[in-house]
Amino acid sequence: MAPRRRGGADIVRPFRILAGPSGRRLVTAIPFIWLAVFFLAPFAIVFGISLSQTRFGIPPYEPLIRGSEILARLDNYSFLLSDALYINALLNSLQIAATSAIICLLIGYPIALGIARAPQQWRAPLLLAVILPFWTSFLIRVYAWIGLLKNDGLINNLLEIVGLIDAPLQLLQTSFAVHLGIVYSYLPFMVLPLYAALERQDTSLLEAASDLGARPWRAFVTITLPLSMPGVIAGFLLVFIPAVGEFVIPELLGDSATAMIGKVLWTEFFNNRDWPLASALAVSILVLIVAPLAWLEHMRHRRANALS
Amino acid sequence: MTTTESGHVTEADRIEPILDLQGVTRRFGDVVAVNAVDLTVRRGELFSLLGGSGCGKSTLLRMIAGFEPPDSGQIRIDGRDMTTVPPYERPVNMVFQSYALFPHMTVAQNVAYGLRQEGMARSERDDRVHDVLKLVDLPDLARRKPNQLSGGQRQRVALARGLAKQPRILLLDEPLGALDRKLRERTQFELVNLQDRIGITFILVTHDQEEAMTMSDRIGVMRDGQIHQIGAPREVYEYPNSRFVADFIGTANLLTGEVIAATEGMVQVRLAATGTSIFVASPAPVSAGATVTVMVRPEKLQTVSGPAAVSGDANLLSGVVQDIAYLGDMSVYHVEIADGLRIQVAMANRLHTGEEPITWDDTIHLTWHPGDGVVLTS
Repeated sequence: MAPRRRGGADIVRPFRILAGPSGRRLVTAIPFIWLAVFFLAPFAIVFGISLSQTRFGIPPYEPLIRGSEILARLDNYSFLLSDALYINALLNSLQIAATSAIICLLIGYPIALGIARAPQQWRAPLLLAVILPFWTSFLIRVYAWIGLLKNDGLINNLLEIVGLIDAPLQLLQTSFAVHLGIVYSYLPFMVLPLYAALERQDTSLLEAASDLGARPWRAFVTITLPLSMPGVIAGFLLVFIPAVGEFVIPELLGDSATAMIGKVLWTEFFNNRDWPLASALAVSILVLIVAPLAWLEHMRHRRANALS
Repeated sequence: MTTTESGHVTEADRIEPILDLQGVTRRFGDVVAVNAVDLTVRRGELFSLLGGSGCGKSTLLRMIAGFEPPDSGQIRIDGRDMTTVPPYERPVNMVFQSYALFPHMTVAQNVAYGLRQEGMARSERDDRVHDVLKLVDLPDLARRKPNQLSGGQRQRVALARGLAKQPRILLLDEPLGALDRKLRERTQFELVNLQDRIGITFILVTHDQEEAMTMSDRIGVMRDGQIHQIGAPREVYEYPNSRFVADFIGTANLLTGEVIAATEGMVQVRLAATGTSIFVASPAPVSAGATVTVMVRPEKLQTVSGPAAVSGDANLLSGVVQDIAYLGDMSVYHVEIADGLRIQVAMANRLHTGEEPITWDDTIHLTWHPGDGVVLTS
C-alpha cells in the first residue's frame, strides 16, 4: 500500500494500529497488562518478602541478596506449619466461609428464583432492592449490626419486652454473629449470578417436564436446579473466596474464638510488624484457595471438551 | 384402526371420542383468545388446528395439555373430565414448537424422562427408549446431547419423547416449523406414516395450510378464537362454508352478486361487477334477491375460444390478461373481468416447449361447470 499523507492522517495514525491484526493483539493484551501490573507484580513482591527475614527498620525485612550471599529462606513457611495458630485460623476461616456460603445459597436461591419468575416489570425493581445495601458503606452496615446484636441492643430489648428472655442473650462476639455478618454482607453476590442463570432458563422446559408427568418439585430438582448449577458455583465462589480472607466482620462481630485467617494476617502485619511471616501467610492462603479451584476449573473444561 | 394398550379395538373406542371440548373459553385480559369452542376428535385421527397467528390455536392446544386453565367450558379426554387436572396427570403429551429438549440430558435420558416419572423399572424403560428411538429412526444417537444434533434430529427426539409414554393424544405445536422446506415435506409423510402405524391420536397446530392439507384426516380452521369449519382437507377446500375459509385455504375467486333465481339445486346469480349471470349448483337453500358470494377455484376455470363455444347453462366470463405468474409446473393468469375485479386462472404447463398459449393483454374467455362453484352466504 502506497503511503499517503492527508490532513489529519497523523492524528489518526496511532489508533490505526487497533484495526489491524496487531491491534487485536494489543486490545486483548490490555487485561493481561492490567493483571501483570496490579496482580502479578505485587504478588511477586509479597512472595519475595515472604522469603526474607524480619528486622527492625524500614523496610522491616532483610534483602534477599546481600553481596554474593543469598539470604532467601523458607523459614517463614516452616514456622507457619509449626504453630497450630495459623492452621487453626485457616481451617476456621474455611469452615466459616463454607458454612456462610451454603447459608447464602439456601437463602439466595429462593430469592433469585422468585425474582426470575416475577412478572417482567417487577424484575428490575426487585434486583435493585437486592443491590440497594451497596449504596451504604460496608463498614457502616457491619457496625449497624453491633447496635442490633449487643446486650442492650435492639434484638435483646425486643425479646425482653416480649418476655421471651429474662437476661440478654450473648449475640455479639459469637460465631453466630460472624456467620450472620458474612451472610448479610455477601448475599447479593449469591443472588446476582443465580438470578442470571435462572432468568435465562427456557420456561418451556418446565412445561415439558410437567407434560411428561413431573410434579412441580420433581421438575425443580431434575430441570431447574441442574441447569442453574453454573450460577450456583459462581455464587458460591463469589461468597466463599472473599469470606475466607474476611477481616472486618470477624474483627467487629466476632471474638478471639472466631479468629479468621484475615485477622491473623492483619495482626502479623500491623501489630507484630512481621512482614515476612505475614507475606508467607498471604501466599499460603492464595495457593491453598486458588490451586483447588484452578484444578476444578481445569477438570470442568476437560469434561466440556470431551463432550464436543 | 386404533388399538388400546391391550391391543383390542373395543366397541367403546368407536363411540366415545378421544377428545371432547364443550364451550371452552380462555381470556387474556380483554382479549378472548379462545371463544366457546366445541370440538370432538376421534380416536386414531390426525386432526389439525389451522389458522393464522393469534387465532387461538396454540392456546387451545395448551388448554388440552393443561398449561392454560379454561375460563369456562369442559375438556374431556378419553371419557374423563380433565378440565382442572394438572398437566402431569393428563394422558396426553406434547411436542413443543421449540422442542424444549432438556439440554443437560442425553437423547436417551430425554426420552426416558416421562417413563422415570411413572416409576417404570429400569430394564423396561431401556427397552421402551430403544424401541421409540428406533421408531423415529434415531437408534444410534441415544448417548448424544441435544446440542450435538441437527434440527431434524432434535425434532425426532422431541417426537420420541412425546411418544415414549404412549399417550392417548399426542399434541404437536408447529412441529415442523423450524425445519427447512425439503426436510419439512419429507417429515410430513413420515409423521403421517408413523401415526398410522402406532394409532395414537395426533392433534397438530399449524399455520401452514399445505401442511394441514397433506397430513390431516380432518382440519379445523380457526379465526378469532373460534373454529369456523371442520372437515376433511378435500371438504374444506372444495366446499368452504364462508368467505374466510374459502380465502384462507388455497386461492379463491370470490364473485359477489344477487340471486335472481333459485330452483332445485341450481342457483342463478347476477354478478354485481359484470352484470352477467352465472349458474351454481348449490344444495344450500338461498332465496331470490339475496346477496351472495360465488367462489370458484382458479384451477376449475378453462379457456374457450369464444361465447359461441359455450352451451346453454354453462358459465362464461371474459377478460384481459393483466399478469402472468409462471410457476414452472403451472402458470397463474390474472384476468380483469370488470373494472378493478381480477380473477385468477391456473393452468398446467403441459407442453415442454412452444410459444406461450396466452400472453399479456390477450382477451380470453373462461368457463366452468355450475357444479364447480360454491355459493357462500357468510
